[in-house]
Amino acid sequence: MSVETTPAPDIRKKEALFSKKNIRTLRDPLDDNNPITVQVLGICSALAVTVQVKPAIIMALGVIFVTAFSNLIIALIRDSIPSRIRMIVQLIVVALLVTIVDQLLKAYMFDVSKKLSVFVGLIITNCIVMGRLEAFAMSQKPWPAFLDGIGNGLGYGIILVVVAVFREIFGSGALLGYKIVPQWAYDMGYVNNGLMVLPPAALFLIGVYIWWQRSRNKKLVNVS
Amino acid sequence: MHSNRYTLLYAAGISVITAVILAIASEGLRPAQEANIALDKKSNILRSVRMSSTDRKTIESTYSEKVRDMVVNSSGEELPDVDAGKVNLKNEIVKAPAERLLPLYIYSGESGKIYYIIPVRGVGLWGPIWGYISLENDFNTVYGAFFDHKGETPGLGAEIAESAFQKQFEGKKIMSEEGQFVCVRVVKKTDKFALGDAHRVDGVSGGTITSNGTDAMLKNCIEPYLAYFEKLKSNAGQTDR
Repeated sequence: MSVETTPAPDIRKKEALFSKKNIRTLRDPLDDNNPITVQVLGICSALAVTVQVKPAIIMALGVIFVTAFSNLIIALIRDSIPSRIRMIVQLIVVALLVTIVDQLLKAYMFDVSKKLSVFVGLIITNCIVMGRLEAFAMSQKPWPAFLDGIGNGLGYGIILVVVAVFREIFGSGALLGYKIVPQWAYDMGYVNNGLMVLPPAALFLIGVYIWWQRSRNKKLVNVS
Repeated sequence: MHSNRYTLLYAAGISVITAVILAIASEGLRPAQEANIALDKKSNILRSVRMSSTDRKTIESTYSEKVRDMVVNSSGEELPDVDAGKVNLKNEIVKAPAERLLPLYIYSGESGKIYYIIPVRGVGLWGPIWGYISLENDFNTVYGAFFDHKGETPGLGAEIAESAFQKQFEGKKIMSEEGQFVCVRVVKKTDKFALGDAHRVDGVSGGTITSNGTDAMLKNCIEPYLAYFEKLKSNAGQTDR
């Protein structure tokens, strides 16, 4: 006869998994402290991979994976990392995760990996990842660091997808590859906006987003 | 502050661990990746004969039913011992035409019409460009073309991978009225061009280097096949009689 033992409730637990503070860690990067529009990090890839929504989503998932797990791994080993080589160690962890993402895409989503081409590799140099490792993961416990990674990845992803939605609709008249603008509109003389498929369009859209965000969110008005 | 010894050992340790993880990932995923690359090649070959599909099964079955490959040389001889899949175009295009192995794909379309697909490869601005161009069985009219590139500038040179650019090739002629090889030239709209519209397509605005690369690639890669085509033509002429 076996005795079922339930694990004793951890009385010493200082903080709930989703305490207010942790929720804030997760939510802040979505708006108040968005990596792209407020911290102005990771702009380059936001310009490059937002021509269509599908690559933007995949890129966002890739970055969420990398920020979350690099934050987690670095937070787990943060005390053992020799401070003189901490940047190199961070870079190795990031590069490891990015290479795995790249290999997985090549194996299971070949067409997407062709579209994203060099930009997956460039997640390594995405300032968001290193920025969060230095600013957060090096001094925090693993769980908040993991949440911070997910939050920042999501904050980046939201901007990417929003920009991509506008660029795909106005640049190619489609959304996720499905035609949105009907044929009769083209017959009447409507033309797709050629600027929208070029990188500068993303810069304008991000600018408009920042404008809209600051006019709405009073906390951001006097940042500078 | 950690000691030097600890720092060095730590660096070595983390390198070894990541190396092992990466090696496992790379080896484990390689079969799937290689299958994708092979499938991509088949799909590109089919796209040059205006067969576009994203479905894995359709591509595999159409390819195995309708396409066969062979290797010829520039004197027009077939080389049955050479496997077309093993020929590395990258090494072949830099050799003198007489020494090249020339892979050729033969597509049997609906109603038994035969198309000859020539793989092409050259250099763009930032890296290699490549593609497939298919000829009808008069060995003169282009039936379709497909191009791709490693990393040309999006919106500029990268436009060669768009169907708008590739569609221009359909129906163009590679032989002049006098029977000379002139190829299909990629030239600027405003450039003077003596050969007439049957031999030209418009280059990409802002992608001059890529356009010139495409132009040179076509000439370099199609010309060596002419001897074999001549042979096929004269054979066909004999059987007609």
